[in-house]
Amino acid sequence: MAKSTFVYVTYIRTTPEKLWSALTDAEFMKQYWFGNHCESEWTVGSSWKNVYPDGRVTDAGEIVEADPPRRLVIRWQHQDKPELKAEGASLCTMELEPTGSAVKLSVTHTIECEPSKFIAAVSGGWPKVLSNLKSLLESGTIALQDPYPAAAAR
Amino acid sequence: MPERPDADALFKALADPSRRKLLDLLHAHDGRTLNDLCEHLDMTRQGVTQHLDLLEAANLVTTQRRGREKLHFLNPVPLQEIYERWIAKFEKPRLKALADLKRKLEQDHG
Repeated sequence: MAKSTFVYVTYIRTTPEKLWSALTDAEFMKQYWFGNHCESEWTVGSSWKNVYPDGRVTDAGEIVEADPPRRLVIRWQHQDKPELKAEGASLCTMELEPTGSAVKLSVTHTIECEPSKFIAAVSGGWPKVLSNLKSLLESGTIALQDPYPAAAAR
Repeated sequence: MPERPDADALFKALADPSRRKLLDLLHAHDGRTLNDLCEHLDMTRQGVTQHLDLLEAANLVTTQRRGREKLHFLNPVPLQEIYERWIAKFEKPRLKALADLKRKLEQDHG
């Protein structure tokens, strides 16, 4: 079956341990994920969900692999919009590799569906989230307060 | 927001029409092989490889091995950082001006 995939990479001047903690700490996550946070025990087989600031669950699934601070794989199914939920579960892999004074973070998101509305939807969000995460870890502040500044000004 | 340490490599990578075409090709369809990309460019295979290497060095393209194939993916994260560093800050006052204008006009007609 055809697949839809994206691979996003950012280099963050931090340590793998700090980055792992940033990816798994709900309170820290809210700072760079526009108020969203994920809830999980972050161990293999434990449930995982991504929660909007208002408490609605946007995505849910489970932890497939957890090898701190190197590799995290999440089975990830959208919950909120029916047409995205209908595409089934995707697989999100986060890999952390130390390179000199930085850590290379690769986020690969794949779904067994081509073309995929889910992949189109999340591929727009990830660069903003990753860019905020990089700014927050490197300088202590985030670049974008609002994911859609143009919409907020209307 | 401070300047990215690798901003020069990024802007240099974007300052070439063939490399921008490669990014457009990956935007239209991600995860392509070198052969696939060569078909769309009037250039030697070696030339395309050199352009892809430069894009990869600037982190605009990432690659994954799948069996014997090497697949190329567009990585838009550095472009998002350019947007935030160079565009969002200029856009904000203008968006505020538009929002103020809308509020004023709506009040006048309210």
